[in-house]
Amino acid sequence: MNRRFAVGDGVRVRVAEPPGHVRTPHYCRGRIGVVIECLGAFANPERLAYRHTGSAPVPLYRVRFRNAELWPSQHAGIDETEIEIFEHWLEPAPAATHA
Amino acid sequence: MTPAAVQDGLLPYHRRLGRSLRDVLLAKGVFTDAELQREIAQIDSPTPGNGARLVARAWVDTAFKHRLLENARAAAAELGIDTGPRPLRVVESTRAVHNIIVCTLCSCYPRFLLGQPPAWYKSKAYRSRVVREPRAVLAEFGTHLPADMIVRVHDSTAELRYMVLPLRPDGTATLDEAALRALVTRDCLIGAEIVRAPATLQT
Repeated sequence: MNRRFAVGDGVRVRVAEPPGHVRTPHYCRGRIGVVIECLGAFANPERLAYRHTGSAPVPLYRVRFRNAELWPSQHAGIDETEIEIFEHWLEPAPAATHA
Repeated sequence: MTPAAVQDGLLPYHRRLGRSLRDVLLAKGVFTDAELQREIAQIDSPTPGNGARLVARAWVDTAFKHRLLENARAAAAELGIDTGPRPLRVVESTRAVHNIIVCTLCSCYPRFLLGQPPAWYKSKAYRSRVVREPRAVLAEFGTHLPADMIVRVHDSTAELRYMVLPLRPDGTATLDEAALRALVTRDCLIGAEIVRAPATLQT
């Protein structure tokens, strides 16, 4: 399977508003995190929900975000959030602040 | 015959819709009532006790713990527990990191292992707040964590289902596996609460 990202890579979640059955929460769109695990490839829920079963599986990643990145207005401190995100929602980003 | 669902005009819309669909499928012979009852019993049969068994074994057997964290399905099978069709991931809480599970998009939960989630887990209040202010939500469950302990929220947005392996409480060295199992509640497996030692053992 060809994967675009590896563990440790910085990624930014795309900012997009496609209609339909999207499994990427709004609160992480546009935010930068780091890939902590590559889970393999799975059927794209955005197509599967409408019975399009023929398309190629999409790599899925666990991405870790600092809560301070997700919620700049909160006093998020050291807390973190991990989210499963499909590859087509991710683009490369510097991960320097996410060591 | 009047379908049962139609007799009660007070049923909420979706329940009425579900019951009507059930009645039509039964009437058309798509499945029998006995098959339906078996399926309901199957869905209702898992309990948080399954998770407590995994946790207690992991606490007393470090090699098992590593296997559980590496491949929860295979480790659970050693105890005769089926984790279900979805991949299950067990995340370990330590003195450095406390884990808590949510599904902000709907109510994904390891139902096959633990049974049905509590109502609060499915509530919009929990789902929206625990990602935004996890410590405030934890405090409402009576869970107060040190400032230097990371709270790590797991949003089960896609393929995996998550269960927390809680931190074994201090003062429980003398307890056997069965006694440990009894300490592990459902809310500890979600991460809303920490496991506490029995009052008689607390110092």
